[in-house]
Amino acid sequence: MANGYTGSYTLAFEQPVTDLEEQIKRLTARDDAESYSDELTSLRSSRDSLLAKLYTDLNPWDTVRVARHPARPQTSDYIAAMCRDFRELHGDRHFGDDPAIITGLGRIGPHKVMIVGHQKGKSTQEKIACHFGCAHPEGYRKALLKMKLAEKFNLPIVTFIDTPGAYPGIKAEERGQAEAIAVNLREMARIKTPIVSVVIGEGGSGGALGIGVADRVGMLEYSWYSVISPEGCAAILWKAANEETNRAAAEGLALTARDNMKNGLIDEVIKEPLGGAHRDAHGAAELLQRWVVERLRELKRFKPQTLVERRYQKFRTIGKIEGSPAN
Amino acid sequence: MTNVPTRSWADTPELVGRPKKAIPEGLWIRCPECAAILFRRSVENNLWVCPDCQYHFRINAVQRVKQLCDPGSFEPFNEDMKPADPLNFVDLKPYKDRIKAAQKSTGQNDGVHTGTGFIKGRKAVLAVMDFFFLGGSMGSVIGEKITQAIEVAADGDLPLVIVSASGGARMMESGFSLMQMAKTSAALARFDDMGGLFISVLTDPTTGGVTASFAMLGDVILAEPKALIGFAGPRVIQQTIRQELPEGFQRAEFLRDCGFVDRVVPRSDLRSEIGSIIDYAGK
Ligand SMILES: [Zn+2]
Repeated sequence: MANGYTGSYTLAFEQPVTDLEEQIKRLTARDDAESYSDELTSLRSSRDSLLAKLYTDLNPWDTVRVARHPARPQTSDYIAAMCRDFRELHGDRHFGDDPAIITGLGRIGPHKVMIVGHQKGKSTQEKIACHFGCAHPEGYRKALLKMKLAEKFNLPIVTFIDTPGAYPGIKAEERGQAEAIAVNLREMARIKTPIVSVVIGEGGSGGALGIGVADRVGMLEYSWYSVISPEGCAAILWKAANEETNRAAAEGLALTARDNMKNGLIDEVIKEPLGGAHRDAHGAAELLQRWVVERLRELKRFKPQTLVERRYQKFRTIGKIEGSPAN
Repeated sequence: MTNVPTRSWADTPELVGRPKKAIPEGLWIRCPECAAILFRRSVENNLWVCPDCQYHFRINAVQRVKQLCDPGSFEPFNEDMKPADPLNFVDLKPYKDRIKAAQKSTGQNDGVHTGTGFIKGRKAVLAVMDFFFLGGSMGSVIGEKITQAIEVAADGDLPLVIVSASGGARMMESGFSLMQMAKTSAALARFDDMGGLFISVLTDPTTGGVTASFAMLGDVILAEPKALIGFAGPRVIQQTIRQELPEGFQRAEFLRDCGFVDRVVPRSDLRSEIGSIIDYAGK
């Protein structure tokens, strides 16, 4: 239902919207609802303009909260909404199959593609299996294996980024978390088919970048992408993670789509439906699909060498040193 | 659990400001490992390795270059490259002040030295990180200097040696810092395509975004004994899993046993080790 998230989870800044929605719901439920059609129209329009206002002025810390909203669509949702004939491909052929990264073949619009995306999990059971979207080395190795497969058969690659970070644990270290991510960065830089990446929710550090070295990098309007989470940054630099320092860190890190765009770190901001993707998963998928289809169409025109050279230059030029030109 | 912070340079408190493990002043020093009181000059002459227990002190980039290169052969490039503050970052202190303080205390512009030099008579491109400059954290300057070093090695078909010492990303440069991982790794892809030899030397500590990019991409990966090497810092891991970490976890020998480091090489053998590998690769 467009603009009408009906789940039980309300972000603090959205409370006035939830109140209006409650009024709408109660009015609609009445037997004589028809006689209140003017009031309903007015309530709905108040809600929409309130949503528009709240989301236009959304601060970085609240953006992080929206990006983590439990009802926010995940990779599996976008695959279901955008993909025809999806064929999931499991495993890294060495160690195992990490459910925190989903990979598989599918058709998006006119394009046959390889899809690679972080998965946080929907049910409690799935969340635990996915480590809340924190992949292990075998997840990154699976991603690379399938991307190489795509390259072999000249298929473009679409990646969905949605992770708080790569998993920090004993097994992850034993199996080479750092090496797995490093190899992905190097290998994605020389894959000869088009790659488009979208941050759909959280873009946490190297774990995000590990599937994010792409020809076109987009961010959904209310996602975040940064070198560290606001809490992680606050805990280290402010020596305490609390509401106030998290907010300050979120602002300092310039982690919103708009800021990343301004800083030249991504190529595009992709619109979300009014009030965020969690209110209208279907609408969000439609907007995203349009972007993916269009970008792939453009990228397919490039010869493989040109594509790789352009991708190289795109990352080669990122960095600000003293005396380097401002944006 | 949904907000697992990723490792960054100042993950442990001692990495903020002046690292406690910095070599202290004075005639006599205490070995942090075996607590022996050592005559400073004799430790220095022993390449900053404790003669009693072989503890490898953390050394700065200048000392490292001196230890690795044939005397007088090092020719630095990009020495003047200085960090900017692209985000006007202010936490408890402004990033600009942190930069100034680090520049003052280390006498360096940022945390890496790059140049050409001879190692046992073989010409090579060197990039040597300095942990004493803001924990060796990688920002735009380190990313750019490392990338240019890779390009110089590629242009001259010279062997590339990168000595890493880093707590990870430089948070105050946020996304700019993160993207240096992609930039350096992409440059290494090209270097690899043209058959270049890259020897990665991991020293204490090498963690976070540096490990998860160029440091783990060596054709040959060497590590100093007992160096801390990992993706996530031990404290972050402990907070996440709430278990004791096994003995020797994330040390050089552990990485070797897990299959991610080719050789653990004591500091005294590093020069000859690198020279030998360059010979084998015919570079
Ligand atoms: Zn000792």
